[in-house]
Amino acid sequence: MTPAATTFHTPHNIVHRHTTSEPPAVRRALIGVALVFLSLFLFLPLVFVFTQAFAKGIGFYFETLRDPNAWSAIKLTLLAAAIAVPLNCVFGVCAAWAIAKFDFPGKNILLTLIDLPFSVSPVIAGLIYVLVFGAQGWLGLYLNADNPHFPWLQNWLNDHNFKIIFAVPGIVLATIFVTFPFVARELIPLMQAQGRSEEEAARVLGASGWQTFWRVTLPNIKWGLIYGVILCNARAMGEFGAVSVVSGKIRGQTNTIPLHIEALYDDYNFTGAFAVASLLAFLALITLGLKTWVEHKNAALNEIEISK
Amino acid sequence: MLPGFKLTLGFTLFYLGLIVLIPLAAVFWKTTTLTWPQFWQTITMPTAMASYRLTFGASFLAALVNVIFGLIVAWVLVRYEFFGKKIVDALVDLPFALPTAVAGITLAALYSKTGWIGQLLEPLGIKAANTQLGIFIALTFIGLPFIVRTVQPILEDLDPELEEAASSLGANRWQVFWRVVLPMLTPALLTGFALAFARALGEYGSVIFIAGNIPMKTQITPVIIMGELDMFDYGKATAIAVVMLVVSFVLLLTINVLQWWTNRYNTNNLA
Repeated sequence: MTPAATTFHTPHNIVHRHTTSEPPAVRRALIGVALVFLSLFLFLPLVFVFTQAFAKGIGFYFETLRDPNAWSAIKLTLLAAAIAVPLNCVFGVCAAWAIAKFDFPGKNILLTLIDLPFSVSPVIAGLIYVLVFGAQGWLGLYLNADNPHFPWLQNWLNDHNFKIIFAVPGIVLATIFVTFPFVARELIPLMQAQGRSEEEAARVLGASGWQTFWRVTLPNIKWGLIYGVILCNARAMGEFGAVSVVSGKIRGQTNTIPLHIEALYDDYNFTGAFAVASLLAFLALITLGLKTWVEHKNAALNEIEISK
Repeated sequence: MLPGFKLTLGFTLFYLGLIVLIPLAAVFWKTTTLTWPQFWQTITMPTAMASYRLTFGASFLAALVNVIFGLIVAWVLVRYEFFGKKIVDALVDLPFALPTAVAGITLAALYSKTGWIGQLLEPLGIKAANTQLGIFIALTFIGLPFIVRTVQPILEDLDPELEEAASSLGANRWQVFWRVVLPMLTPALLTGFALAFARALGEYGSVIFIAGNIPMKTQITPVIIMGELDMFDYGKATAIAVVMLVVSFVLLLTINVLQWWTNRYNTNNLA
């Protein structure tokens, strides 16, 4: 609102207080309803995770986390995120550069296709990789030792005991799929809003393409990129449905943290399940904290939020 | 002219094709290994039909409840001041940040007979664990942020002059809300509803622990797909996946149209 408009309205302020806001009783009731609803659905579950995690004492808690199967799950989850997040970052930056800095036909279709993984059920996200790489799958037929289209490839794969489905590569692929749009959908609207004049100025002044990107574009999109990485990482480390289809759930080998939680829960080791779950709940709190911090840090991000 | 167009667009299309499009095409390829009668028989088998009714019904109700409470939460966060508001605002995104398996076991344990909430519901004769009510609760949890986060920015940018004009013309507070504010929030509410509904349809991790997955009663559609996969019946799993994918794509289109409508309202207000 312009300052002029504000001054214009000042004399009517007292009247407006009465007519454009709710009576105090209604306000209090609405705040009450909102807080009760959020307590029941958000605060209570959060408190519950940490209470249950320590139900058998701090000794049991650390014993559960030191278990070799838990360690293996933690390492696998970190590995999957360490591959998926950087790859989706490179993709996000490339997609945003092409879409925001250039004009070409079919841009809207491309934008819709990039968002596609968000509208696919996690179970189906896992299923599609089983259909491609599984024993009865598209490529699986060629990788199958009983049906050697490429004997040298079969021999190499068998020698190295290389599997995709029910093994680590499948878990990494499923993780990449479910986190695919996170960085791109933060960067595209941000770079579109920034336009290309700064980059064009840098080029006129003699900067190379890479110099332009590193010194002009990257500092401009830094906070948007960090924001996307935080969200991408949270989903990568917490993915359950897609990973559970392709993992095969071999304890100590192909279980990620969420799958290990399920295994403990199915064993009726509830305290153990919540102890491991508390790691992910803690990660969620860190994610929310960082997200709020980045939002404050860069007001421009609010523009992205609106356009979503 | 800026460099890198061919390189970045090329990589974008290559990566999109490799990770998303080719694997998704495999679903439709796999369906062709079934004959039409086989395909039809699979997608209309009684357990699948029961799962569609349950998944659609529970997702619809959960999204509807979220529209009402999400609007109240967004309203309170934008219009009122109260102690701890910033923390509450940040925590609204918890269902996005909390892994679904963690949400799943937490809700299952909270609502079990001996759980914190379950033991209060038990004397009232209400059972949430292993019932459709439990599925509805889990879907309400995961859908909550969608409505709050789509309505919040629109509510923040709402021009107070419109409300002032309405009240100076003699409308009472309820009339101003019902006839002036609510119509302007409608596109955002519908978008939030569609987003929450779409997410709920495909949801797996937060539901399966509280649902108990009893055939014909508490099996959601993703659980049916999972069951077929566990029996290595990829044809059947794929047929049901095709049904879900087609519904998802229709919803995605609807959401795109709704978002365009929401943004149009939004830019009108900003102008």
